[in-house]
Formats: sequence, C-alpha cells, structure tokens
Amino acid sequence: MSQPIHVSTVQRTSAPALSVQGLTITYQAKRGDVQAVRNVSFDVGRGEALAIIGESGSGKTTLGLGIVRLLPSTATIRQGELLYRRFGAAGNGGGTSATSEVDVLQLKGRDLRQFRWKECAMVFQAALNAFNPVLRVSDQFGDTARAHGYLQGRELADRARHLFELVRLDSERVWRAYPHELSGGMRQRVLIALGLLLEPQLLILDEPTTALDILTQRNIMDVLKDLRQKLDFSLIFISHDLSLAAELADRVATMYAGKLVELSDVYTTFKNPVHPYTIGLIHAVPTLTAHRDHVSSIPGSPPDLIDLPSGCKFHPRCPLADQRCREEEPELAPASEAHHWVACWNWQSASDRLHNGQKGASA
Amino acid sequence: MSKIETAPAPQKRPNEALRTLKLLARNRIGLLGLIIFVLMTFMSLVGPLIVPPETQAHVEQIYQPPSAAHPLGTDFQGREMWKMVIHGGRDVLIVAFLAGILTTLVAVTVGAASAFFGGWVDSLLMSITDMWLTIPRFLLLVVVATLVRLENVWMLALFLAFFGWPGLARQIRSQVLSLKQREYIEAAQLLDLGSAHIIFREMLPNMMSYIVIAMINAMTSAIYSQTGLVFLGVVPFGNNWGVMFSLAYAKNAIYNPNAAASLLVPMGAIILFQISLVMLSRSLEEIFNPRLQRGV
Amino acid sequence: MSELIRLEHVTRRFQVKRQQAIKAVDDVSFDVRESEILCVVGESGCGKTTTGKIISGLLPPSEGRVFYRGQDITTLKGADWKAYRLGVQMIHQDPYASLNPTHSTYQTLAAPLKRHGFASSEAGIRARAKELLEMVDLTPASDFLDKYPHQLSGGQRQRVAVARSLTVNPSFIVADEAVSMVDVSIRISLLNTLLRLKQDMGLAVLFITHDLALAKYFAWEGRIGVMYLGRLVELAPARQLVEAPQHPYTKVLLSAIPEADPDVTRTKQHLQLRSMDVPSLLRLPDGCAFHPRCPFFDGEACEKVVPPFTFFRDGSAVACHPVQRQREAEIIAAPTGMD
Repeated sequence: MSQPIHVSTVQRTSAPALSVQGLTITYQAKRGDVQAVRNVSFDVGRGEALAIIGESGSGKTTLGLGIVRLLPSTATIRQGELLYRRFGAAGNGGGTSATSEVDVLQLKGRDLRQFRWKECAMVFQAALNAFNPVLRVSDQFGDTARAHGYLQGRELADRARHLFELVRLDSERVWRAYPHELSGGMRQRVLIALGLLLEPQLLILDEPTTALDILTQRNIMDVLKDLRQKLDFSLIFISHDLSLAAELADRVATMYAGKLVELSDVYTTFKNPVHPYTIGLIHAVPTLTAHRDHVSSIPGSPPDLIDLPSGCKFHPRCPLADQRCREEEPELAPASEAHHWVACWNWQSASDRLHNGQKGASA
Repeated sequence: MSKIETAPAPQKRPNEALRTLKLLARNRIGLLGLIIFVLMTFMSLVGPLIVPPETQAHVEQIYQPPSAAHPLGTDFQGREMWKMVIHGGRDVLIVAFLAGILTTLVAVTVGAASAFFGGWVDSLLMSITDMWLTIPRFLLLVVVATLVRLENVWMLALFLAFFGWPGLARQIRSQVLSLKQREYIEAAQLLDLGSAHIIFREMLPNMMSYIVIAMINAMTSAIYSQTGLVFLGVVPFGNNWGVMFSLAYAKNAIYNPNAAASLLVPMGAIILFQISLVMLSRSLEEIFNPRLQRGV
Repeated sequence: MSELIRLEHVTRRFQVKRQQAIKAVDDVSFDVRESEILCVVGESGCGKTTTGKIISGLLPPSEGRVFYRGQDITTLKGADWKAYRLGVQMIHQDPYASLNPTHSTYQTLAAPLKRHGFASSEAGIRARAKELLEMVDLTPASDFLDKYPHQLSGGQRQRVAVARSLTVNPSFIVADEAVSMVDVSIRISLLNTLLRLKQDMGLAVLFITHDLALAKYFAWEGRIGVMYLGRLVELAPARQLVEAPQHPYTKVLLSAIPEADPDVTRTKQHLQLRSMDVPSLLRLPDGCAFHPRCPFFDGEACEKVVPPFTFFRDGSAVACHPVQRQREAEIIAAPTGMD
C-alpha cells in the first residue's frame, strides 16, 4: 500500500471545511478484502459544492459513509486523516479566531453523534427506508432535535416550517403526514430539510435524484441550488449522473476502483478532461443535443474490487495503456492548469489522442 | 456492495447438494447440527440391531441414579435407560420423517396449485386452508386420536401431516406467487416453454432450499405433536422417548430425586434431536439465503 | 415497410380496490413497422411497461385490439399463434432477475432451442448457443457457456438475456428499460449490440425508457412516443421530437433534463409547471390529464374535452388542443385503424 500523499486541492484562501487525506477503507468479505476506498485525498472548501462521480462499485458511497463514520461493522478505515473545521457562528468574515479543528477519526460516542448531525449530515439514497414508517414527519423532526438537545415544540415547528419553505414543501400538509403519504420527491425534500435541521456546515447527499422522475429531479436540483444561495453550507454529492454534477457542482472528483482519478473545477472536468476514464465517461452518456456519432462506450467493465488489476486500475479498459500503466499505479498529481489534479501517466496526450481516436472511429 | 458478498463462484457446473454440504461443513452450528442429527439417526436405526432390548424388569435396581454400572440410570422397572433410549428413538424418528415428508408434499401441492392456477382454484384451496388454520389443531388431534386407533407409525404420520400442512401451504403459495412475477418466468412464458418446464425446471429448483427447510420445520413440529400425544397417553406405543417420559411421570418419578434420570434422559433425547434439527435448518437458511451470510 | 404490430384503442384497467379501477393504459393506438425502432418514453406510472406487456401478450388488454402482422392476436390459432408467440420477445430491466439463477447460460439457451426444434443434438445445441453468444458480443463464447448468472456482470447478463430472446428467431423485441440498471460506461455498447442486431436480422424494437437522451440515441432513425398518465400524447420521428417538441408535456420534460455540459445545463430555460402534484391514476382530471400542470393551459377545452390524437403532415401526432388549433392547416387524416 502506498503512503498517503498530502494534497491540498482547494483553491480558496481560507482553510477548507473538510480535508480528507489518504483515506483508505476496506471491507472484509468471504472472498477477501474489498478495497472500496484507496488513498483518497481531497478538500472541500467552505460553501463549496463538490461532486463525486463514479459508477456502481467505484467506492463513492463508502467514501461518503466513511466521512460521517457510518461504515458497517465489516468495514475498516485502514489509513488516512479526516480533518473538519468548524467555523464561527457569525462566520461571514471567515475570521480564524472562531475556527476550531476536529479530527473526525478520533471522535467517539456523544461527540461523534453530535458531529454527525450538527456539523455534517448525510442524506441517503433510499428515501423511504430512511424513515420510520409509523412516525409522522413531525415526530421524526422532534426525535432528531431531542437527541441533539436542539429546539423543541413551537420553535422547532417554526424552524421546520422555514426549512420546508426553502425546499418548497407545503408545511401544513407535510408536517402531520406519515412517510407513505408522501411521494418520492417529497420524501427526498423532507430528508434534505431534516439534514439541514441542525444547521450543519457540511451536507452529504448520496444519489439525491436517482430513481426519481425527470420533473421531480428538476425540482430537487432547483431546491438544492436555491438552498445553496440562501444558506451557508458545503455540499458533497455522490452520483453516477454526470449531468447532475454539471448542473450543481463547483468542482468534480471522478472516482474509479476506489480511487480519485481526476479532480478539477466543473468546467475543466467537462470541457477539458485529461483522464482517459473521465473522457470516456463523458462520451458514454448520450445527451439531447449531441450527435449520435459523438457517443461511444468504454470497452470492458468495471473491475472487481476484491481482485484489482495491477498498475493503473483502468489500464485493462484504457486505449492509451502502455507498459508503465500495467506495472505502476499513478497517484493524484497536479496537471497543467491550476487546481486540476489527475492520476494518469499519459494525461498530457490523453485528450488529443482520445478525441482524435473517437472521431476516427465514428467516421 | 451486496454484489461483492455473494458466495464464492464454483467454476464448473456445480452439484448443488455437494456445494451445500461443503458450505454446511464450514458453518460451525450447521455442522454440529448435522453431526448430532446423523449420530442420533444412526443410533436409533442401527443401535437396536446391536444392543439387545430391555424386555425384563429388574426389581433389584429400580430408579438407580446414573453411575458407572448404570450410565444413564434405570427406570421404574429397573431397566437400563441407555438401552431404552437407543430403542426408543426409532418410532419417534420414523414418524418425524414420514410426517415431515407428507406434510411438505401436501403443502407444496396445495400451495403451488393455488398460486399457479389462481382464480377459483386459489379461492377454494385457500378458504379450506384458512379454515384449517383457525382450528385448534392439537386439541382436535387429541380428540381424534382417542376416537381412531393409531396403531402404527404410518397412521400417526399420516395423521400429523393431515393436521400440519395448512401453515406451510400458505408459505409455499406466497413463494410461488413471488416466483411467478420473476422476470425469468415471464421470459419462459414468452418463449412458450410450457407449464411443465416452468414448474419443474424454472420454479422448483429455486424453491428447493425453502422446501428442505420447511420439511425440517415440519419434522420438528411433528415430534412435538407426537410426543405430546404419547404423553397424554392417547397414542399407545410400545417403547419410545415420549412413552418413557410419560411412564416415568405417571410412576411419580417427579417426586423421587433418584428417578430424575428417567425423566431427564428421554426429554434430553427429544430436545437434543430437536435442537439438531433447528440448528440444521437455521444454517441451511443462511447458506441458501446469501443476504443472511455475513462476511467473516 | 409493412406493419408488424398495431395497437387499436388499447385500454388496460387494474382493479385496485373492490370498487375502484385505474386505467394504466388509456385508449392508446400506434403501430410499429418491420425493422423499425420505436421508443416509448414517460415517467413512472405512465403506462409504458403495461403497454409493453400487452404487446408481448403477457397481459390482455381490457379494451381495444392488438394486431400482429395484420391479425388480431386474440383470434390467432395453431401455427399463427405460435408465430406470434415466438415472434415477439422481451428483454427485461433487471439483469439480476431476468436470468434463472439455477441455470447455466447453456441451459438457459438450450431450453427454447430444444423445445421448438431449432437444434436437436447436444452438439448442435452447443454450436447454436455459441453462435448466439457471439451475436451478442459475448466472446469467446465458450467462456460464457457454462457460467451461472452470479458469475456474470450485469451487462453480461443482459447480453445473455438478449441471446435467449434470439433463440426463437423473433421479429419484434420489447426492451423494457433494458439498460437502466447497467453501468453508465457500458450502456452504449449494449445499445449498439441491439442496433446491430436490428440491422443484421431486421428486428423491430420497442424500447421503453424514461431517458429521452437515450431514446434519441437509440431511435435516431426511428420514432419516439411520449406517454403521460396512461395516454400517448405525442409521437414523432426521434430527432424531430427532441429538437422540435410539440406537446406541452414533451416540452416540459425536455426543458427539465439536465445536460452533462455545465454551459448548456446552467443556461437552460426551464418551463415552470403550474403544479408539482402528479394527479393520482385513481382520480384523473377531466379533459386533458396534463391540464392542471400545463404551462400552456388554454381555457375550457383543455379542462373538459380529452384532446384527440391528431396527425400532422410532417409525420408527427399530438394530443393537445392548443397545438391542434395552431396547426389546423397541417392536420391530415389518421392512418388506417388509428382514428
């Protein structure tokens, strides 16, 4: 296993809200160790939205669970550091005086529970399972608030009403409702509101729009955009949906086989990607506007996380793979532009060779 | 992540039974259950051929506690408990096997027919099943057992199956109903593979695990009912664990500390056998259902 | 090209409670020609899957008729029925449920081959099975023949499912969200396999999806139909439908879809719905089912009269009162049987 490298990937002058350094998480399974997250480093700036994109089995959900320390018992954090910075409540000036640092991996018991909702909340994909079916929405809010010594009664209801307005829910109707009485999109918005109840500084959304209908997806995206303008929090969202990242993210991290392979601002990711996987992924998704000939598949299929290939984990599917790629795994390193990171030996020529190659193939 | 935790992949066409046995051997509780089950079955079926039966009373050694001379003590007639235990298992086990198989057979037929044909067949069969379910079956069993003479193991097994099938039939029905919705069953319908193929080649192999477990559970409940009936004395049998317990109880062994063994030994034999069945079925369930498998 | 499948005023009801029924599919008519690709697009509950099941014969329609090569499928007997039964096959959504977990690839393919006499000897069946696997790009075929579903990836399973449907030489395939559960990076290659099969074997495909971009890619030369709450609201050549949508619902859908390009997606104009609430199928609004949400809502007709499915000269068909009024001059008579 390679040593964790120290990467500060955020371009802002103020300290990042979250620094992940060399995080490595494995699961124990019958066949062997599942290397779900391998030496992942990134920062999330204050008020920033970071998208982590990847396919199923890329380790993106494990990464999210690792940050909030909600991993199942079969998972172990092998290595790494999670530094969370709590900024002062007044907070707009970004004054360092009120800032305190928390080592998330050292948190235990009550402190950890406090961290999970008050500082960093995670909203899960399975929106119906996330609720207790016999409790009304109001009770779910009450329970969460009580568990953290937060507002009660009237004040809680007022805070919830405010949040419901922000996520465009009819608070009168939703507050007394049982989970099954709400549609999928409404439940997702209730969960987002619940996540924001204790005013966390960091919100993690796991596949926030997956399995929702198009018009509902649009609604959730508009709500999230709105929230980010009105409230001050950082956002990490995990998705396989590139268009969601294009729409909402400030920066995009591409994950493949448990590793970040590219990290840059959203425009660079979509306009000038340099990792062959990112390039391939963007070309693999048909869009409404693109011509059919510009769409092409990545050959092969994602690797087995228990039995990873040697060298660069993408090399069996990569048209640029050479001897070095087969033997040695590249680490995330700066690319030409500032704040653009890539883990590829051939990134300098990747963009030219792949774009030309694609045009050639489709002609 | 669930994809990753499926069982290891056998490379060539695997023999399902062999694979199950291998997995069972790796599952400690299941293996223990299997060993006890095999040992007790062997003891009860082969033991009587080796160990001579205790046919005579030995007045000089009534109610002896366990000792070197009498490993499991003696009963109210001074007979060796260990020999009695060996001879007392055969009927219990045979009735359990027969009743288990018969119960499962009836339940699978009724449940599968009900789900597969649907419509009025389903309504009719399920109405009967539900009526059957609401009857306090053990009491009825007792009443009927006093009216009809249950003279051999076959009759008793038939009787237990007759009363034991409804719950299982309902479970099998819901299994078949959910299987019917599977996409590969729809595909088989579209390919016009025929009802026989769909039932025997597509559905049944996917229910075997469930049926085996159901059968083991039917065996345990058959043992309970059977020993209950024997204890109440409505089923006359020469010698079995239930009768031993019943007789010891009737002969006031419960008030005699020296006679404890004559109560505890047959009860222990029943419990041990039941536990082995429960362990076996629990482990089989874990093996057949990958979602219950835990990463070790 | 001659017509392969035709639906005439097909309605399908489901009993939900003792006295209540929903119309999952309501008065739907369209046809699919030989070797044509038709995509049916819509959100959950729009009736697209039910439509697919009615065409494949898994569900009978409550009203209306389905024709296969010009013959009502309920009247088919003997060899004609068999030709329909084997001629229309289906590829399902879930790669983890579409194959029997207890059967190897060989067993899966051998059963229909044997049953219908497409191959007889063990060697003949193996040879044909290999051929089929090669046709769906599972090569080398011998590597996949003796594998069980749990040893295959999701994409590979879907390919085996496609090979299984090809065992009986169908002329029509209903693909119900066939790639939505497959990894993003390999969806296109699976679609390309289907496109090649269409080309090589003259297969017609009814592709059911919720993804309009995917529909445009797949149906490039074919047509797309859009369904809303059980009704077909628009049907047009694929690129025309995406580039110049007519029905308000199609317009709203297209404007709502995010694009994998930050410049495009962030400047896109989103049409605002009048209401976010999706009406329940149990209590559908009168008139046009979309009128309570429609941004182009236009008076009494929308509220009271179900808009007829109207055909236009450019090959599109739309069920919308305002569109009908605006394009009055372009209206043409409905094709036979589709009135």
